[in-house]
Amino acid sequence: MPASPCESAIVVRDLRKSYGDIHAVAGVSLEVEPGEIFALLGPNGAGKTTTVEILEGYRKRTAGDVLVLGHDPGRPEPHWRARIGVVLQSTSDNADLSVREVLQYFRTYYPRPRSVNDIIDAVGLVEKSEARVRDLSGGQRRRLDVALGILGDPELLFLDEPTTGFDPEARRQFWDLIRQLKADGKTILLTTHYLDEAEQLADRVAVIAGGVILQTATPATLGGRDSGATTVTWKEDGTVHSLRTDRPTEAVRDLSTRFDGEIPELAVRRPSLEDVYLAMISEREAQTAGATT
Amino acid sequence: MTATAPSRPAELPSLATTSLSRGSLELKQFMRDRRSMVFTFALPLILLLIFGSIFNKDIVPGVTFSEYFVAGMIASGLVYTGFQNLAIVIPQEREDGTMKRLAGTPLPKAAYFLGKGALVLVSLVVQVAALLLIGVLFFKVHLPSTPEKWFTFIWLLILGLVCCTLLGIAFSSVPKTARGAPALVSPVVLVLQFISGVFIIYAQLPHWMRQIAALFPLKWLCQGMRSVFLPDSFQVQETAHAWELGKVALVLGIWIVIGVVLCRFTFHWQRANEH
Repeated sequence: MPASPCESAIVVRDLRKSYGDIHAVAGVSLEVEPGEIFALLGPNGAGKTTTVEILEGYRKRTAGDVLVLGHDPGRPEPHWRARIGVVLQSTSDNADLSVREVLQYFRTYYPRPRSVNDIIDAVGLVEKSEARVRDLSGGQRRRLDVALGILGDPELLFLDEPTTGFDPEARRQFWDLIRQLKADGKTILLTTHYLDEAEQLADRVAVIAGGVILQTATPATLGGRDSGATTVTWKEDGTVHSLRTDRPTEAVRDLSTRFDGEIPELAVRRPSLEDVYLAMISEREAQTAGATT
Repeated sequence: MTATAPSRPAELPSLATTSLSRGSLELKQFMRDRRSMVFTFALPLILLLIFGSIFNKDIVPGVTFSEYFVAGMIASGLVYTGFQNLAIVIPQEREDGTMKRLAGTPLPKAAYFLGKGALVLVSLVVQVAALLLIGVLFFKVHLPSTPEKWFTFIWLLILGLVCCTLLGIAFSSVPKTARGAPALVSPVVLVLQFISGVFIIYAQLPHWMRQIAALFPLKWLCQGMRSVFLPDSFQVQETAHAWELGKVALVLGIWIVIGVVLCRFTFHWQRANEH
């Protein structure tokens, strides 16, 4: 049953996963549209990887309804596998093969693979294509992981913490690669704990903590970033003053009148994604602490 | 199939294609991994050279210990390449992400096992050829003298290969970690070799030891190989005063069934904590 173009790529309703008394995922619902980059944000142990691995068909769910490309991932089958790409967290397999060899071998597993040269070029491993996998740096290794994930030309790509351990330059290049995949029409589900990564790449983000989704929104509106209090800071009498306000323009005008022109060290700052994210997580922690005592 | 809806996948590659691809990858990895080359491939050859040279005396008139030992080393080769190699490598692949990555592709699961089988087959054929070459050149070993003996040799190799490969895959679920695997697997192999008549003449072992060895395939593989490489007059030296080839086939067959059942019910693609 092929999914029609307007159908959601991923639909999750009240997903639960328990290990004995531990509820790793405690009622997650989300929907990912075709062609969208959706980021799952959350601290370590929040349930990100468990959720994603259920969607990838690696783990069985305890309860809930899940459809990935119109198919139940609890019963993974090869035709469905050919339509998704999976980039797992760190691996160290195929160490004795060269980059090109690994791709040539894995190419034979797919019905409609992309060409090895194109893939090597797309992930920027041209200079390393004959190098043994064990000799790659962490970032190069991760590029190979992505290369293997997109080799089968999937409609949907899962990326689990793809840039952990990257230097800033490598991360920028990696982001360009992901943007190119989006431009090619791929749907991408990304987990990360880098907020700038989510802000750079994601169309929408969901914040997950304690196995539940706290909020789903665009990076610009998460936690009321677009309407929330803005911080205005300036220097007066040798000290930095700061004012939180819902009407920053008015505050600046008042200051401008008071200083009669230039305001020393003026800064007007909207809450960053990090600010709202940290506020959401700490609020959640306060609630759970309150509930257990 | 014509191009219909773009989301409809094309025909998946066949089991034959993917198994050959896996087999080729396995061989390449095997040859580039120094550990597997030394411990699985070269060790039996080195042992044959050392033991064959030290104990090159007649055990009965006309049969040297070296000849006896070559039969045992070929049987051991099956255990090294099939059982020991797989029981150590598969836990590694469970830990380094090989199996998890493969499980995320459309690769048929059977292709993974058939690829392993192909690796065992190729490395075994080369190893047996090398063992025979050393035996013939240095220790006056005689190649099978009749078509019947060649036939026995071939079916022993095939049954032994299937049996050891299955048991290696089954045993790969026993070690908790990849680091711990060699410490669990190698002693099993070494003890079986001592009590099954590889290093010491089987008939000279204590009775209770032989009773234990008779439960496992290696004793029967050794005995079968002796029927191929030693003169029939040696039969009287066997504990049953016969080669017992029917019994050899039966025991290997039973272990193959046990291996299939164990693989079917105990094999897991991921670490135990990842379900």
